[in-house]
Amino acid sequence: MNAIEVRGLRKTYGGHTAVAGVDLTVAEGEVFALLGPNGAGKTTTTEILEGHRRRDGGEVRVLGVDPATADRRWRADIGIVLQTATDAADLTVREMVGQFAGYYPDPRGVDEVIDLCGLTEKAGARISSLSGGQRRRVDVALGIVGRPKLLFLDEPTTGFDPEVRRQFWDLVRSLAAEGTTILLTTHYLDEAEALAGRLAVIAAGRIVAEGTPRTVGGRDRAPATVSWVDAGGQHHLNTTDPVRAVTELAARGRVSELQVRQPSLEDVYLNLIGAKA
Amino acid sequence: MTTTTARPRPQARPAAPLPSTLANGLARGAAEVKMFFRSKEAVIFTFSFPAFVLLLLGSIFDTGEAMPGGASMSQVFAASMIAYGILNTAFTSVGVGIAADREDGTLKRLRGTPITASAYFIGKIILVAVATVAEVALLLAVGVVAFGLELPTAPSTWLTFGWILLLSVIACTLVGIAASGLAKSGKNAATVLNLPVIALQFTSGVFVAISSLPDVMVKVAAFFPVRWMGQGFRSVLLPDSMAVGEVAGSWELPVVALVLGAWCVVGLLLCLLTFRWTERKAG
Repeated sequence: MNAIEVRGLRKTYGGHTAVAGVDLTVAEGEVFALLGPNGAGKTTTTEILEGHRRRDGGEVRVLGVDPATADRRWRADIGIVLQTATDAADLTVREMVGQFAGYYPDPRGVDEVIDLCGLTEKAGARISSLSGGQRRRVDVALGIVGRPKLLFLDEPTTGFDPEVRRQFWDLVRSLAAEGTTILLTTHYLDEAEALAGRLAVIAAGRIVAEGTPRTVGGRDRAPATVSWVDAGGQHHLNTTDPVRAVTELAARGRVSELQVRQPSLEDVYLNLIGAKA
Repeated sequence: MTTTTARPRPQARPAAPLPSTLANGLARGAAEVKMFFRSKEAVIFTFSFPAFVLLLLGSIFDTGEAMPGGASMSQVFAASMIAYGILNTAFTSVGVGIAADREDGTLKRLRGTPITASAYFIGKIILVAVATVAEVALLLAVGVVAFGLELPTAPSTWLTFGWILLLSVIACTLVGIAASGLAKSGKNAATVLNLPVIALQFTSGVFVAISSLPDVMVKVAAFFPVRWMGQGFRSVLLPDSMAVGEVAGSWELPVVALVLGAWCVVGLLLCLLTFRWTERKAG
């Protein structure tokens, strides 16, 4: 069974079409990233999958159930990491995680979750006293305390410093290793590349490309740039066969500053949203 | 022993029962009470405000002369002000609290978990109950210490006090839940909800003795619960001789029960018709 199946999803606000026919399939156990600029329909799509928003058209199955009519049992199987919550400022981290653990039939241990999220030193601190990055880790803790089968991570590392971000990636990998399906929306392409097995790029309410981080948008087939410096100055060559170009170059004698640059995920992404947005 | 046994899937755990609404509601209540009393601004500026107003008004109008019926003006204020206390902890706190829960992500976060809406409301009711009991105790203490209010001794009078308190709290809480939707955002909820509260205090004889109000104002205010709450609390906290100061010259307790009961029903209907989980979205 697929964790998420979406066919022809549509949503309009007033006259504005936010989601214009999205198709999406996420297999069980997969880490899937949804990339796209602000206003592309990422959040609307995710919120429909989470059961927070009604759709105007299309078929949606999340863990085999339509989120619009899902019950408590379904909610116990999903975890949601909110993007912008400022609630519960006057509770401590442990009180808040403990409260949410009590809402689930089979929660993780409170201290275990706090430790997983790197908050052990802050367990007794009021949430209002935490830094932005620590606050986000509380959000993550509340999202995973119920031992979800499917976890929604909406821009989870915004405001993290690089070290904390790496720790967070390790946490996501360990959840994935346990078999948790993860739908990640993010602005950070390195994050998608580091975590996602597959990804889709959404622009203007449609999926414009889908694949693995290596192949999405024809990245593996796109021309590479070979550049070098010789007596005649600096050269750049766009080619679909960089190996051959380099071999030919080697036959001609010495060159310096030889570089072969394949398009990065960012190049592909910018091209995709630039063309369609 | 065979080798064909399917390996259990990593997530295949036996389905544990979902926690009960009551247990979750009690946990929400504990969290709500903790959050309320830990917020210094809420305790100092919101919770203590009616006691502050009572001290001010009671002192300003403390002429030392007895009113017709024997009690002093300050004692009448002290009794009436219980109605304000309940409006504050039930109507305003709930209305503002839910609007804030909508804005800061509390409701959205809860909606993403298996908790039921009823458990959330049980939490609010526990907060209202605890805060209201504390508020009423504070106001009674100020009335007794500062203005010589005499607390009733007869159990039957306390019984009357009990049902008036209960009906008042239910009606105010339900209308407060419904009113939380009037404010477009949590930020202006307090401002929006304070207008009817202040208007009703003046027109219902809480801030001003009801005998000195214009006739039309009293007639209009009679449709709302505040007037009957004030009258009910005066009936239990003032000597019976003070009934001469009321509009009808008597305490009219059956009318108090009828109007407050009606507002419980109206409040419930308004809740069911208007409650929203999330903020109103532009566009």
